Order: sequence, then structure tokens, then C-alpha cells
Amino acid sequence: MNFTRGTLLATAGFALAAHFSAANAEDTLKVGLMVTLEGAFTVLGEDGKRGAELALKEHNGMAGGKKIEWVVASSDASPDSAVRAVRKLVESDGVQIVVGPLSGDEGLAVKDYAKTQPNVTFVNGTSAAADTTLRDPAPNFFRFTTDGAQWMAGVGTYAFEKKGYKNVATVAEDYSFPYTQVFGFMAEFCKAGGHVVSKSWVPIGNKDFSSVIAAIPADVDAVYVALGGADGVNFLKQYQQAGGTAPLIGGSITADQSVLSSQGKQKDAVLGMPSAGPVADAWDDPRWTKFVADYKAAFPDGFPSPSLFAQGYFVNTKAVLLALDKINGDLSDNGVKLRETLAGLEFDTPTGPVKLDKNRNGIALNFVTEVAEGADGGLFNKVVEVKEAVNQTLGQPEDEFLKLGVVGRDNPSCP
Amino acid sequence: MSVMETTTGVSAEARSMAGSPLVWGVAALLLVYPLVATPFLTFQVGGYALILGTIALSLSFLAGYGGMVSLSQMSAAGLAGYVVAIFGFNSFGSGFGWPWWLVVPIAVLASTAFSVGVGLLAIRTEGIYTIMITLAIGVAFFLLAQQNYAIFNGHSGFAGIAPPVLFGLNWRDPLPFYYLALFVAAVFYLAVVYIARAPFGLALQAIRDNPRRMRALGYNVTAHRVAAWALAGIAAGFGGVLLVWFNGRISPGTIGVDRLIDILVIAIVGGTRRPAGAFLGAIFFVLLDTYAINVMGAERFNTLIGVLFLAIVLFSPDGLLGLWEKARRSFATRGSGV
Repeated sequence: MNFTRGTLLATAGFALAAHFSAANAEDTLKVGLMVTLEGAFTVLGEDGKRGAELALKEHNGMAGGKKIEWVVASSDASPDSAVRAVRKLVESDGVQIVVGPLSGDEGLAVKDYAKTQPNVTFVNGTSAAADTTLRDPAPNFFRFTTDGAQWMAGVGTYAFEKKGYKNVATVAEDYSFPYTQVFGFMAEFCKAGGHVVSKSWVPIGNKDFSSVIAAIPADVDAVYVALGGADGVNFLKQYQQAGGTAPLIGGSITADQSVLSSQGKQKDAVLGMPSAGPVADAWDDPRWTKFVADYKAAFPDGFPSPSLFAQGYFVNTKAVLLALDKINGDLSDNGVKLRETLAGLEFDTPTGPVKLDKNRNGIALNFVTEVAEGADGGLFNKVVEVKEAVNQTLGQPEDEFLKLGVVGRDNPSCP
Repeated sequence: MSVMETTTGVSAEARSMAGSPLVWGVAALLLVYPLVATPFLTFQVGGYALILGTIALSLSFLAGYGGMVSLSQMSAAGLAGYVVAIFGFNSFGSGFGWPWWLVVPIAVLASTAFSVGVGLLAIRTEGIYTIMITLAIGVAFFLLAQQNYAIFNGHSGFAGIAPPVLFGLNWRDPLPFYYLALFVAAVFYLAVVYIARAPFGLALQAIRDNPRRMRALGYNVTAHRVAAWALAGIAAGFGGVLLVWFNGRISPGTIGVDRLIDILVIAIVGGTRRPAGAFLGAIFFVLLDTYAINVMGAERFNTLIGVLFLAIVLFSPDGLLGLWEKARRSFATRGSGV
């Protein structure tokens, strides 16, 4: 039994050493960066991290007269791991500002945690569940990006009117973010007169889509697909192999660079696929082209064009840096001034102007795009429409929008 | 059950161990630890390690004394956690709202029944097949929880679960929670130490080594093994209740394949030959999980975790415990040579 004590002392010592080494120096400010560097969303998390690093690089690593230093924490996209990661940043590393997390359920979990830490400022990464800010928001959680429903603004109408799709089946991952995406798509599509005849929800990291593909009715005009990363690639591949021919409508991360830049025959399937999202690779606005050039220069091994994860983390990080500049990096009041500044912040991003609503959720541009083939044979999202100042209630009055109910598997419905 | 009637006394060896000053030293250290550590170290490192250690203890008890490696211990713990969420309070308002003193026994009963059920299936198999069938059950439960909305609320699971406020203490606060976890861990640690030396435990170990001979001697092999699974289910159940109070939420991610394997890794890295191994492994695991990213940076920290675990298993098949004992032995022989 005498073997445990020495080991315990040694491990406790290790833990203490690690804790004290994280103590702040006077002229540097530690900012927590929470990204998903494990599990199914690792590739997306890595690009998010690039976005955050790029924003800091543009600020020369400084904000409010202090050198900014990242303290990175990783999650595996599950809410448990997100809370453990954010708790470590706040309670062990002692950061007063956290940028992140990446995915929807993580965002809801971090919002709940934020309520227990009123003196810490939480700024979203790319998590896009509506209720992170829409219902019961935390006063210290800010989201300068838009939510999953906002990301769909424009595509429902476009698919119905321009593409002429009347009956659509949906295939999406089974958690809050894709629910929100399907909700955003259906809000417009159903209003325009379209019908969603079947909905399939698949677990994250699903490998075998054969039963899902078999369940898609044969007579649909199109299949709406909201799957991210490897899931999207796997579905597209298997849908083609199964002989699926219905045209596709993409969710925001289905048509993302991580899917477009993957190799294989599914390229043909996604060609001409309309989708919508907060970024569009081929937007010819100088703000965006400069951002793409900076991204490529800084990360030669990154994606051919920054994904919405890079953009989301970039925008939210930039908001933090701008706010810190305005208050001269003074966090001595437990961040009260920082949060006031953030709430009123309006600035220009690579994807146009952004400001916050009263729930501290972003009001920003949204792009309706269509996948096209470039001169070099690579796929890109061609911009077909730019929606300006899309707000969280998608242009509807707030009480009417809230009446639509909590986003879920069965809500909304228009069979 | 006849086997339980024979568990009467503690062996002389165990009694002498209880008097050892080193045991008291470790106990004192564990009691004083939260008074010197930060709340974060108390709660998220100490408390979490004790919870994982308790769940891993249920595995290493089955593996070390029963020769049955179960990958479904985290599932049993998770079921207890889900029961707490469903029968107690959760933030979706879908809980029955029963008080904790009703919910906790139900949760432990559920995990015990689950464990016995798994055991009844698993004891028909040996060795690697036990691992496979328990893994299959664990994965099946994960997928059920992930896709069932009527009971388990699918991918989102449940949030807003909190331990009761009792005796004027919020048991979610780092200090009370740590002592609660320490108490539970100590009870199960002592129970395993006791059982290992009681007639039931001795019979279990004999069954592990030679079930046919024990059967010939008139022991009910099946009953002994099922009783071991029941005990493991109780430990995992309490671990699961603490885990859901610790996280404040439960979702399929809590009982995913990675988490099932984490528990196996903790037990193996710690060493399954003695109950202390599970806790040693848990402390090592939680420290690595928490601080590897500080040491290695964001890109490669999982490599560090993997390499360290590999190295331990490679150089000491008996885990950290074996490593420690090896060092002690070589130190003792060198000392006597002088």
C-alpha cells in the first residue's frame, strides 16, 4: 500500500507546477481558445484555429497595448468535453476571455456554464444553435457570427423559385445545429409553398448510409443534405454508388471547403448544388479576396480557401481584439467595460458589416451560392445572391418567430 | 445465496495492512489535498479522478479477481446517470422530479440490474469473447441512447442535473463534492480489499484460475460470477450518479466507445492486480487529459497521451502498480547489497 503516496505526491506536484506556470505576466493577456481538435470535427477545428490565429496576426499579436497569448483547449464536440475544456480555461488557466466553441450542442453547454461565471466574457467560435442566444441567453455570451438558421437565409426561396423544386427530402446529422439548418431552410421553403416529404436524422460519424438512402422517396425533386466533414463525403459517395440521381441542396457545411476539396466522384454530384452560408469562396468583394490571400499566405497547408470555421473564429476573435483596443486592455473591472464595448461593437469583416442584436447575436450578410467548377478543375461556391443584414428571426417579428417553437427533429413540419 | 454467507472475517494480512502507517499517510493526503489545492484541482482533477477511478475499479475488480474483462462498465454507470436525469430534475423539464434519496437507489438498482444482465450473457464466454460481447452491449446502449428520443432524448441528452443541497451544503461545490467522491471511492476501495480476502473473493479468484476444479469441488461457479457482476454494477452505478452530478449533464457522448475504452485504459494503465490500480490509473489519466495540451501544444497532445500509455503497457504489463513495485524491489535488493 505504500506505493500510492509517492506517486500521488509526484502527480499532485506536476499538476500544481502546470497550474502556476500559467500565471499571467503583466504585459501579456491570456485568451482562451476553445476548438475541436479531437473526433469527427478535427479538420474543421483546425481551420477554426487558423482563423483565430490569422485575426491575431493581423493585429500584430497585440490588443489594448498588451501581447495576446492563446491558451488552447480542445474538445471532441461533445458537450461534456466542451464544459471540461472551458472549465479548465477559466478555472485553471485563469483566462477572462474565451473564444469558442465550434459546434452547436457545445455552444448550448458553454452558455449554461457562462451563467455560472458572470465575470468571464465568452465569445462564440462557430457554434450556431439558435437557442444559444435566442432563448434564455447568458448576458456574458456574445456571438458575432450568425446561427444555423440565418446561414440558410435565401436558399429556400432560391430552391423553390429558381430551381423549381417542390418536394424535398432532408438528410441531416442528429443534433441541434442541423436541426437549426433544416429549420432555416424550411422556414423559407415551406412558406414559398414547398413540401418536405421525409426527414432522416443520422448520428455524427455515421459510416453506413445505406438505410438512410433507401428511405429517401424515389419521386422527390431534390435531397437537402446537411452533413459536415467526413459525414458529408461519405454520404455523397454512397448516394452516388446507390444510383441516387436527385439533385442536391446543401447545408452550410455540406458545401464547405472540407467537402469541396475532397477527391473522388462525388464532385460530379455536388456540381450545381445550391446552398447558403456565411461565407462564399468566390465572392469578389475586396474585403473577402484580401482575407483569402492573407489566409493562403499564412497557412500554405490550409484549405484552398478559408472555410466558414476559419471565418467564424476570425470574426469573433477580431471582435475581442477590437473591443480590447477600445478599452485599452483594461479588465480590472472583471470585464464589465469589455462586455459593454462588445455589445455595442459594429465593424467590418471579410464578409461584410456585423453588429449585434439585443440578445448579443450577430446580424450579418448571408450568401446564396451554387457549386461550380473553376478553370483549374477545382470546385467552388459561386455567389448567386447576397442577403444583407440577416437577423436571427429571419426578418420576422420576434414574437411571431418564437411562436414557431423550439427547433427540433419534428419542428417545423410541412409534409 | 450460499456464497455470501461465507464472507465472514477479514484475513490477518488485511488487518495488518489496515494498521500500516503508509495507508494512513495516503488517507491523510487524500483528506488534506483539497485544502491546499485550487478549486479546479479539487473538483475537476481530484473529483473527476475519483469518479473515473470508482468506475474503473468495477472493471478491475471483475478483471483482476474474476478474470472477466468488461467494457460495459461505463454503460452501467451511464445508465445510472440517465436514471438520475430522467427520474430527478433536468433543465428540459422532462424529469419526474423525484427526490435524490429515491432517485439514487433506483439509479444504482438499474445499473446493478444492467450489470447482472450483461454478466449473465458474458459468463457464457471466456477471455476475448467477454470483451467483445461487453463492447457490443456498450455500443448498442450508446446507439440506443443516441437515437431514442422518447426516453434518452437522443443526441442532446439531458442537462441541468445537480446534486441536492443538503445540510446547508451545495454538493456541487468543489470541496463537498470532492469529499463525497472520496467517500464513495473509499467505501468501494475498502469493499474490494475486504471481498478479495473474504471467502467469496477467494472462491472468485480460484474460479478465475480454474473454474472446472471449483465446479468439481461443489462451488456454484455461475452464482459466484454473477455476484461479482452485481457488485461491479453497484460500484459503477454510484460512479455514474457522481459523474452525472459532476458534469451536470449526460448525453450519448458520455457513454460513447471512446469513453468505454477510457475506462479500460485507466484500469490497465493503473494495474488490475490490486484495487488501488484503478485510482492510480484514473489520476494519471485525468492529469494527462487535462495538462497534455499545455505540455505538447494543441496539435500533438493526443500523441503524447497515446505514447505514454503505450510505454506503460509495454514496459510494465502490470501497469503503474507493477512499475512501482518493480522499482521498490530493485531498490530493496540494492539496499540490502550495501
